[in-house]
Amino acid sequence: MKAGSNLEKVLEGGYFAVTAEVGPPKGTSTAVIQRKGELLKFYCDAMNVTDNQTAIVRMSSWSGCILLKEMGIDPVMQMVVRDRNRIAIQSDILGAAALGIRNVLCLSGDHQRFGNHPTAKGVYDIDSIQLVQTLKTMRDEKKFLCGEGISGEVQLFIGAVENPFADPFEYRVMRLAKKVRAGADFIQTQAVFDVGKFTKWMEMVRDQGLDKQVHILAGVIPIKSVGMARYLRDNVSGISVPDEIVIRMEEARDVKEEGVKIALEIIDQLKEIDGVHGIHIMAVAWEDIVPVIVERAGLLPRPIL
Amino acid sequence: MLISEQKPFEEILDYVTKDRVIFLIGCKGCADGCESGGERQVLEIKKRLEEEGKAISGFSLIDMVCNEALTRMKLAAYAEAIESADSVLVMTCGAGIQTVASSTHKVIHPGCNTISSGHAEWKQAERCMECGDCVLEFTGGICPIARCAKGLLNGPCGGSQGGKCEISPNLPCAWQLIIERHSKIGSLHMLEEIILPKNWDPSLKDGSPTQRG
Repeated sequence: MKAGSNLEKVLEGGYFAVTAEVGPPKGTSTAVIQRKGELLKFYCDAMNVTDNQTAIVRMSSWSGCILLKEMGIDPVMQMVVRDRNRIAIQSDILGAAALGIRNVLCLSGDHQRFGNHPTAKGVYDIDSIQLVQTLKTMRDEKKFLCGEGISGEVQLFIGAVENPFADPFEYRVMRLAKKVRAGADFIQTQAVFDVGKFTKWMEMVRDQGLDKQVHILAGVIPIKSVGMARYLRDNVSGISVPDEIVIRMEEARDVKEEGVKIALEIIDQLKEIDGVHGIHIMAVAWEDIVPVIVERAGLLPRPIL
Repeated sequence: MLISEQKPFEEILDYVTKDRVIFLIGCKGCADGCESGGERQVLEIKKRLEEEGKAISGFSLIDMVCNEALTRMKLAAYAEAIESADSVLVMTCGAGIQTVASSTHKVIHPGCNTISSGHAEWKQAERCMECGDCVLEFTGGICPIARCAKGLLNGPCGGSQGGKCEISPNLPCAWQLIIERHSKIGSLHMLEEIILPKNWDPSLKDGSPTQRG
């Protein structure tokens, strides 16, 4: 075991993992995080706390993780390279490791122009692959990026993301291989709606043998409304929603139920794909639906390890 | 004027390890003024590379390498010598290096680091951010520091869609261009290597202020 987190145990134990996303509040309420934690606690193996998602200022990921940790939940701390240089990043990692956060997900982060401070200076001192490599060096060699030694253990289960729906498609697997070489232990992908394209991507992943080297969790976003379906299709960069899904939502009598059905159908297909070791549910502003989806997908009870 | 300085010879030698025949390009504009890539420096590099067992198929000194029309015209005159070379070593600022990269299908190597553009402004997309630690060697002669919205050294991020950057439908994704370029000149394997965190210290914008000159 590299970090001994619940997520690592579930994945290394060969179970089909379930993780869920918890968005922190645009404020100081600990109750927001605690309520979501309570709601999802028995329905997933670990919870990701986002890091100023879409470049909108929110409570920090590490503080959200601590709140979950106090509730006995295994948190995944998301960390983007947009807002911190290598000094702040390594310092935050030491703090997180000291406080018992064992999973870290490394991302570039949405560009600051999308957020509520579009005139901010983007940092991008190191990129997400260099971040993965930095964490691996901190954990395995107990060294900072500069080569100086670290006192104490830095127990981390290192995650990275990949978007199979971004371009250039053929290069995405080569970049995934780079992340694996850099030291990624698990991958959480962008939300899958186009299962055909995802299946093709997974074939390429298997051809490179990457599924044997890293745990891949496929992203799932339950769609709550017609407006959301259209918005995801037309406005969110890096997400590809086929028209047929939007049409199904438009024609549905019970829109929310249709959204759940679509998510369940996608999960059923993902479970059958070789090399997919779990799902990551990002129920943006619809956390209440996660227990329903996990239960109806036949993914209960979650393993206790 | 664009201020550039020659990269250490060992670094250049490292870039051309696998190349037997090299074509050299210098600039009679700023690089000449900076004594980093004028006639004297090009001849000096030619001599040193030959001492290292490299063959030089020719060299060209162009008035302003950053002027793409002029550079294309000059390079056409040397088509045969360039064709017979394994690579082209460009002893100019980053703008010049990128102009050569967009004018030839050959592998290009940067011979200089650009320290300052002296407020010069480029109308084309090929710009130099004066980072002072040129990475064009690894990125197919297209600068990710200047042209990727996140300045990623191991891109593209998940926001690259249809060749465009996530921040604007009018902005090409620099990493799409880099991958296309590497694919075209048969060097895509170079991107398998993880580019390490960059030394920002020599950068005018992100490093420490220094007194120059």
